[in-house]
Amino acid sequence: MGEPFLLQMKNIGKSYYGTQVLQDINLSLKPGEIHAIVGENGAGKSTLMNILFGMEVIHSTGGYEGEVLVDGKKEEIESPQRAMELGIGMVHQEFMLLPNFTITENIKLNRENLKPSFLSRVFGEKTKLLNFPQMNSDSRKALDKLDIDIEEYVMVAGLPVGYMQLTEIAREIDKTNVKVIVFDEPTAVLAESEADRLLEAMKKIADEGIAILFITHRLDEVLAISDNITVLRDGSLVATKSVDETDVNQIAELMVGRKIEKMVHGEERSFKGETALKTENLVVHMPGEKVNGVDLEVRKGEFFGIGGLAGQGKVGVANGIMGLYPGRGKVWINGKQLELNNPSKSMAQGLAYVSEDRRGVGLLLDSSIELNIVITSLHNQNKFLKNFGIIRLLDNKGIHEHALKMIKDLDIRCTGPGQFVKRLSGGNQQKVCIARALTMEPDILFVSEPTRGIDVGAKRLVLETLVRLNEELEMTIIMTSSELGELRSVCDRIAIVSEGKIAGILRPGDPDKDFGLLMGGKRKRRGA
Amino acid sequence: MIKDFAGKFLANFGLARVIILAFFIFLCIMAVVFQLDIAELLTSSLVRIGMWGVLVLAMLPAIKSGIGPNFGVSLGILCGLVGALTALEMAYRLGDSVQFGGGTLFIIAILISLPFAILTGIAYGWLLNRVKGSEMMIATYVGFSMVSIMKIAWLFLPYTSPEMAWPIGRGVRVQISLAGRGITRLLNNFLSFNIGEVIVPTGLLLFFAFMCFLVWLFMRSKTGVAMHAAGDNPRFSEAAGINVNRSRMIGTTLSTILGAIGILVYAQSYGFVQLYEGPMFMPFVAVAAVLIGGASVRKATITHVIVGTALFLGIQVVAIPVANAFTTEWASMGEISRKIIQNGVILYALTQAGGE
Repeated sequence: MGEPFLLQMKNIGKSYYGTQVLQDINLSLKPGEIHAIVGENGAGKSTLMNILFGMEVIHSTGGYEGEVLVDGKKEEIESPQRAMELGIGMVHQEFMLLPNFTITENIKLNRENLKPSFLSRVFGEKTKLLNFPQMNSDSRKALDKLDIDIEEYVMVAGLPVGYMQLTEIAREIDKTNVKVIVFDEPTAVLAESEADRLLEAMKKIADEGIAILFITHRLDEVLAISDNITVLRDGSLVATKSVDETDVNQIAELMVGRKIEKMVHGEERSFKGETALKTENLVVHMPGEKVNGVDLEVRKGEFFGIGGLAGQGKVGVANGIMGLYPGRGKVWINGKQLELNNPSKSMAQGLAYVSEDRRGVGLLLDSSIELNIVITSLHNQNKFLKNFGIIRLLDNKGIHEHALKMIKDLDIRCTGPGQFVKRLSGGNQQKVCIARALTMEPDILFVSEPTRGIDVGAKRLVLETLVRLNEELEMTIIMTSSELGELRSVCDRIAIVSEGKIAGILRPGDPDKDFGLLMGGKRKRRGA
Repeated sequence: MIKDFAGKFLANFGLARVIILAFFIFLCIMAVVFQLDIAELLTSSLVRIGMWGVLVLAMLPAIKSGIGPNFGVSLGILCGLVGALTALEMAYRLGDSVQFGGGTLFIIAILISLPFAILTGIAYGWLLNRVKGSEMMIATYVGFSMVSIMKIAWLFLPYTSPEMAWPIGRGVRVQISLAGRGITRLLNNFLSFNIGEVIVPTGLLLFFAFMCFLVWLFMRSKTGVAMHAAGDNPRFSEAAGINVNRSRMIGTTLSTILGAIGILVYAQSYGFVQLYEGPMFMPFVAVAAVLIGGASVRKATITHVIVGTALFLGIQVVAIPVANAFTTEWASMGEISRKIIQNGVILYALTQAGGE
């Protein structure tokens, strides 16, 4: 046990503009240790890594609390360059590679081996030549360590992603002083066999005495190779466990666990009635949120939730059904098949959508509240138009009255219907989006990330509004959210999407660990 | 209250516009100091505003539909010129049997230019839909190229009327006088009256107001609202089931039509039809005017059009005599200041475009 720590992070805290996003994080790494950090989106994993790397974003927002010790010495890591000098390397989630360079050139970029040339005697360092044989043999050595049988002179463009990833790793281990390598969700983009190979490579690196920080959400991987596991939740450290003394269920529970505020429906409701929405093998090509064959069935009057980690495809489901991103597969609305890839058709069949991208897709920021509320139904249902002989013009009075009613019903805080939505707070903007969807008088309302980027009080109001719509108007609501707690507080059933498919459907009252397992990539089907 | 208003004014108006406004006021004060003929200045300001108004208004549907200020409004201008020449040719060829009055001829010119403008607008809109993100650059060069192509066309189009054709060789003249056909100042003189020594070109201003009204009406129709949304936020509009490309095409076409009508209004007031180089730099004046009025490359209102036209063309009118009165060596100062303001304001607006 006398072994000294390579890296220690003590009482690390960080706040952005007064919001505490990390507090009291303690982390210690020994040489050759593989230490996993797990947590949901927004648990603080990236912030922690940004601190470790001295990223600009940390220092431009007031630095961090606590201290970082490298080899037992306190260090101020004020820039990524400093982090590299200290021997901290990183394998990025998105590859930082130059596609039109060879593997060697990528590995050696900016650290090229040089040899003196005729000119360098006179003009110095800058005019030295690259020592390609040396660079190639170094790269070969690094690649061999990882057991990759690919030639070092191959161009990176066109390599399978797995090899790109390994090239990045080779670059890190080629750095002679490297002590710690951070792997940020390295398996997210890899196929299973590639992922296995990567895990092998990680073990080999660790055997060389390099410590590894492994950020991931795939729990089985964590258990397979880690020595220690740290679980973060909401910016705090929940537990640090040795892998021997824990199991996947416990980690899942630690990761998700939070008190769930029950908002609605006193007891659990079951729906046996008509099917409102059914999908069969729905595929949606939404960049970053690819849906890969989703089968769902939602009943009339149900409050249905779609959850899962970011990038797994949960957001793509609603976008695909609404025709905003190209999709394939079959969708039935109230028993009638829906033509995909055409938003007008989706709306004509009684769907309405509150987008997750409020400022991008959800609002006309430079227009008035009233126009924002009515425009979709004006365009698709010809409401709010008045006939003036040959032309139909906007019905000002009708629009105004409707907007006033919505402002009152949804309690939108504004100076009046003519105010530009740009000037509203996030919560009120969200209500404007909901008001527009309601103006369509939909059968099924899709709501994506309704509480993203709005403050706590407003969150509650938005959720209560949705619950009221569901209960009073018996509107079927399908809500997509990254916040599991939120889904569990309002939904009747929750589908967890993982890798573009439904991993399973749970009830809000099901144990935390079930949610954690499904999100962590363990597939499981059960009737619900 | 006044301070409040001033603050808001500055925020909404932008520093560049405040400077321009200050410059305009400075010019006006100088005009008084130099004891220039104020009535004369006001009269020509009013005429200028009416002359350019519709051309500046042509910017509105373009900006609203999301293609930005229409630097290629010269396409519309060319359509208008074709309309004008064809109408004149008609009057000449049918001259023996039918006598056209000035008003009729003006309307005929508009009617002839319309189909050209519509077809050109659709084709041009189709092109602009293919180059999203760099519309302004493409528009400028499309404008330049078409003006150049039409320079050749003016030589070969079969216009034979002696008013238009060169006496020797082929092709039409650089400037064609409208005096003989009773079109000159047709709108200007309609219901025109005097206030003191200021002559108000009632018809001209009324026509501008009427066109503004039509555009205003259009913007309140379903198509107009869709167009506004498509320009404001294309992704939103697609989600709302609006055909963004179609809206942009409608905007472009409307802008082209207004350009065609605009040049006819311009020509009748000026008394000449200017061909060849004439339309080359006209779009820049219109763009600068609407931007000075407070529009940005993504947002514009009819108020911006009216304010901008008044301000920018007001400066043009006042600057030249003031500069001349100041020192005769600076005779070209008026023209130079116009160019500085025109290009400066376009530059300013373009630097603001990337924001938000």
